[in-house]
Amino acid sequence: MLSLIKSLWLVFLHLFRKRFTIQYPEEKAYLAPRYRGRIILSRDPDGGERCVACYLCAAACPVECIALDATEDENGRRYPDFFRINFSRCIYCGYCEEACPTYAIQLVPDFEMAEYNRQNMVYEKEDLLIDGEGKYHGYNYYKVAGIAIGGKDKGEGENESSPIDPKDLMP
Amino acid sequence: MNPTLQTLAVTLGILFTLLHVAAVLIWVERRLLALLQDRLGPNRAGPLGLFIIVADVIKIFTKEDWIPPFADRPLYVIAPAIILLTALVGFTIVPVGPGMVVLDLNIGILFFLAFSSLGIYSTVLAGWASNSKYALIGGLRMAAQMFSYEVFMGLSLMGVVILAGSLNLSEIVEAQRGMWFVLPQFLGFVIFLLAGLAETHRLPFDLPEAESELVAGFHTEYSSMKFGIFFVGEYIGLTLIAAMIVTLFFGGWLGPAWIPAPLVFCFKTFAFILFFILMRAAIPRPRFDQMLSWGWKYLLPLALINLIATGALVLIRAD
Repeated sequence: MLSLIKSLWLVFLHLFRKRFTIQYPEEKAYLAPRYRGRIILSRDPDGGERCVACYLCAAACPVECIALDATEDENGRRYPDFFRINFSRCIYCGYCEEACPTYAIQLVPDFEMAEYNRQNMVYEKEDLLIDGEGKYHGYNYYKVAGIAIGGKDKGEGENESSPIDPKDLMP
Repeated sequence: MNPTLQTLAVTLGILFTLLHVAAVLIWVERRLLALLQDRLGPNRAGPLGLFIIVADVIKIFTKEDWIPPFADRPLYVIAPAIILLTALVGFTIVPVGPGMVVLDLNIGILFFLAFSSLGIYSTVLAGWASNSKYALIGGLRMAAQMFSYEVFMGLSLMGVVILAGSLNLSEIVEAQRGMWFVLPQFLGFVIFLLAGLAETHRLPFDLPEAESELVAGFHTEYSSMKFGIFFVGEYIGLTLIAAMIVTLFFGGWLGPAWIPAPLVFCFKTFAFILFFILMRAAIPRPRFDQMLSWGWKYLLPLALINLIATGALVLIRAD
């Protein structure tokens, strides 16, 4: 009986507490840096596309919302001819980001992407590509990859020793 | 003023206020509950979110009014009307100011008790006519709850009647000029408060409704305005109980002379409505057997003791 009166009083005191409500359009909630929101495609420090069109993101995607087609430029550098994400299917699981070997595809803290027309939820490559490096700075896949490409020969990459001649017997 | 005209004005005034209070309470309850839970509640539509009332009314009127094919049609339709009607008729004997009463009955309290217990037919018939298991269980619970709590609801008021020496509510209010009856009749007040809450099946005594166990209890099958009338009836019943507590225990319209009597009455009533909402926020719903055993084992004997003690004291004083 006394506990009931006590709980009445304690609940009454809650009238004067601080509100937990965040009044959304005026106040924004804090989004952590690693929040999984809108998907972007980043560029390397030199301004080239990081994406090498390996299809791993499309394979990892559980709802199959990523579509792309690979192609090569004159240097033999792979890049996606088109890259399309249907955000009305995307579940923001972040598997594409985990699968990506080049840090190209990233999820950023932004969820305000409502549209009146469902077709507008399909983002093309030019909508996805940003000018910066996103969350991972200073990484340039082709600089550290051991393949000859665009004037860079084998052994000329960063932290890369020159190739071994397998026919040479010298230590 | 012409007495007929005055009665008409008072009647229409009370009816107008009540029906609007029932609508405004939707907003009051949602806002207050939110505040008690550290939230803000509906505050977007219009100033302070008041237009939510309009939105709610429009919504409830434009919903499909569906009568289940398995329902007992005439009873199903008439059930919501009963709760509204009895609650409104019960209000006719409540004096909101000196001489401002629709029916100045000399058996006011009996009239009130009669109509508030007639209200039970609404929930029981709704539960029966819906022909669905949840509704039926809700209706049965309402019947049992009503039987057990009605008994001492009347008994708890008898102390007031002994002190005032009248069943007429206006005279009871006048008898409280010296001291509000809540002091000599504190036990009676607490018992009446609990019984009144059980009678209006408000939380924490909303066992007939109990959404966590019975979907929505007796009005599970109701939709649109039929459901809306249950809602309005519940709010008017709540207001009626608050008004009766104020009239019987808190001096009714008695107050500072510079405030108009009806305003004093409305203010006190509103304070009790807010208290009921606080109770809804703070107290969990008891188990059904707990609730019934509380009623029979504690509240009924307490009400009897209160009645006997009051009677004895009045007799001793009279000597």
